[in-house]
Amino acid sequence: MAILILATTALAITRRDLVHAVIYLIFSFFGSAMLFYLFGAPLLAVLEVIIYAGAIMVLFLFIVMMLKVDKSRERLFPLSQWLPAAVFGVAYLAAGVGIIAADPEKGVVLRTARAEPGVLGRYIFEAHWLSLEIVSLLLLVAIIGALLIARQSQNRTAGQSPEGDL
Amino acid sequence: MIVPFNHVLILAGLLFLMGIICTVVRRSLIMILLGVEIMLNAGAILLVGASLLWQNLDGQAIVLFVFAIAAAEVSVGLALIVWAYRQRGSVDPANYNILK
Repeated sequence: MAILILATTALAITRRDLVHAVIYLIFSFFGSAMLFYLFGAPLLAVLEVIIYAGAIMVLFLFIVMMLKVDKSRERLFPLSQWLPAAVFGVAYLAAGVGIIAADPEKGVVLRTARAEPGVLGRYIFEAHWLSLEIVSLLLLVAIIGALLIARQSQNRTAGQSPEGDL
Repeated sequence: MIVPFNHVLILAGLLFLMGIICTVVRRSLIMILLGVEIMLNAGAILLVGASLLWQNLDGQAIVLFVFAIAAAEVSVGLALIVWAYRQRGSVDPANYNILK
């Protein structure tokens, strides 16, 4: 399962065609959803499929198809920028490997447990109700912001946008 | 189940690394946003694994909030990308070096 997720994600980030990348990433998120189910979180698995693989990726597909993206022009950094990036990347990788290797609970095998959706929902609404309200407010603000941005651009470049009214 | 917590850490770390690579290397605003999504997903996997390790529901609650924040971020980000595309006619971040 982990190999499947890693393989599809690696395929996704290397595709030049954006549509192929998005579809590979959908498979990656399906793998993550199965992993969530195995980790005893059925509600989160379903939410992952609905929100990530469903809503977010379809939104990406819409945008990819709405904008005319030229896929051939993909250039890389010059070599002088690669060197510091590689040095710091290797340093952080070494630090991460060291931290994982030095974990005192290294060999702890995960016990099987399962949080039923009802139990999880009751827990969230009892212990985290304020955070839930804040998150719902955040989603509302995001909706209003996205609408505002879209309306502004429509007003400003009504005559000169490449595709007219989208 | 015979999954040590180590493997979950390694998987989430590799996924996060792929997200960083996707964000930094790809030259397209849409792929940059996809990289951010991959990183959020890696964090969610690690949170669920940790929630199972300590038999604590807090991790799963946080993952729920991570989903909501990812949805909000993607909607606003894609709206901004569409707006920027209408201004400049391109999704290459190198074309957005003028702040106006």
